[in-house]
Amino acid sequence: MAQLKGWREIPIGGVILEAGNAVEYKTGGWRAFRPVFGQAQCIHCFQCWLFCPDSSILVDAENEKMVGFDLDHCKGCGICASVCPVNAKVIRQAGEKVNRDDPRLCIRMVEEGKAP
Amino acid sequence: MSKYEALTGDQAVATAMRQINPDVVAAYPITPQTETVEFFAEYVANGEVTTDFICVESEHSAMSACVGASAAGARVMTATSANGLALMWEVVYIAASLRCPIVMSLVNRALSGPINIHCDHSDVMGMRDSGWIILFSENGQEAYDNIIQAVRIAEHPDVLLPVAVCQDGFITSHAMERVEVYDDADVKAFVGTYRPKWSILDVDNPKTYGPLDFYDYYYEHKRQQVEAMEHARRVILEVADEFNRKFRRNYGLFEAYRLDDADVAVVVTNSTAGTAKVVVDGLRAQGLKVGLLKPRVFRPFPAKELAQALRHLKAVAVMDRSIAFGSMNNAGPLFLELTAALAIHGVHIPVADYIFGLGGRDIKPSEVESVYRDMLRVAETGRVERLVTYLSVRE
Repeated sequence: MAQLKGWREIPIGGVILEAGNAVEYKTGGWRAFRPVFGQAQCIHCFQCWLFCPDSSILVDAENEKMVGFDLDHCKGCGICASVCPVNAKVIRQAGEKVNRDDPRLCIRMVEEGKAP
Repeated sequence: MSKYEALTGDQAVATAMRQINPDVVAAYPITPQTETVEFFAEYVANGEVTTDFICVESEHSAMSACVGASAAGARVMTATSANGLALMWEVVYIAASLRCPIVMSLVNRALSGPINIHCDHSDVMGMRDSGWIILFSENGQEAYDNIIQAVRIAEHPDVLLPVAVCQDGFITSHAMERVEVYDDADVKAFVGTYRPKWSILDVDNPKTYGPLDFYDYYYEHKRQQVEAMEHARRVILEVADEFNRKFRRNYGLFEAYRLDDADVAVVVTNSTAGTAKVVVDGLRAQGLKVGLLKPRVFRPFPAKELAQALRHLKAVAVMDRSIAFGSMNNAGPLFLELTAALAIHGVHIPVADYIFGLGGRDIKPSEVESVYRDMLRVAETGRVERLVTYLSVRE
């Protein structure tokens, strides 16, 4: 963690003088739930990227692929799982082990040759 | 050239606002400050000012609009009273915390209930710890002068805090008195041009106002507010000094009236100080050594200076126009703060509190005289028989 500044060193009134520095605030620590990604059946529609309120969907822009989550900033709201049209994501209690037998986790269904 | 006009206290404030010509005024009329907003709305309609006058739907919105405009870098003014101030409550603190140099005319009036629209100081005493600078005014002239000085105090780079300028509801807000109105150009020159530290509208240098501020930095920002209040002690006197020289006045932290050689004194703010001066003159004519101390600056509280000014007395009465319910002996806020100041600064003289005038109850010269007579007795015996008296309440 960066050294916290004293009251003489910071702008008055809580004003933030630089733009675009929300990324420096790691809100991932607030997370009680964690998204889990089923890569195989993701159709890369970017619905999750569009809806994520914390810009925490990591994408490979060049290849137009969804590649994972920025867990430093994801607050675990579950909107990504909710909007996923192929159920490629589930939301789990943080720390809870992913149960690969969960019928909602489509990676297992794909492995079994079923439609996600 | 200045000229003398017959103005109500509200008109005097509106006149100062016209001369200051702030960028933005957002206000919601509430008795007894309504007149100020009405007069100012006329100035806007007549093109006598270039102010953006924002009609809002409530006082909460009025203060919110003021904060937004101030963050945009505007010179902002508003006016309110009593329950209007109470409705602003949340944003009153935010204005101070975001360091918005807003100037507010606060016409003091009782907080309901039961419902009352008349003068007392329960409204302003509710905001005493909100982080605003608070000035009191005996009459329309002082309200006019304080509003002009408030702009300079609030906007000083070492301060950047909002200022509330108080006067007594109806007693001075609606009473017509002689007010010396200075030349428009002189007032404009005195207040100068506001150069905001930052503006949220500066799109080339984007900034965030009012972000989340948790346990890691909130405390540091409060500490900064303390520093600004400490700077205000100096700035208030610097601004007063310049004002006094330019407009031939005599403003300071407080006014001492026939206090130097007095044995006993009354400490009272706003219009009642005027009544007390008449009583002092009457008692002085009888050879009684009585004086008056009228605080002008209540926030920041000039504890050391007040203690020094009262040190030589044999007895002091504070007159409070509000009650701090449940406080020590259910005394008034001014008494509580002043007695603490006296104790801390080693002034051990008999003190008593007199609550008076709640809900606009008239305070008569004979009643103020009774306080002086009580104190003259206390000065003789050295003993206060009753710490808090509810003056003229019917048993």
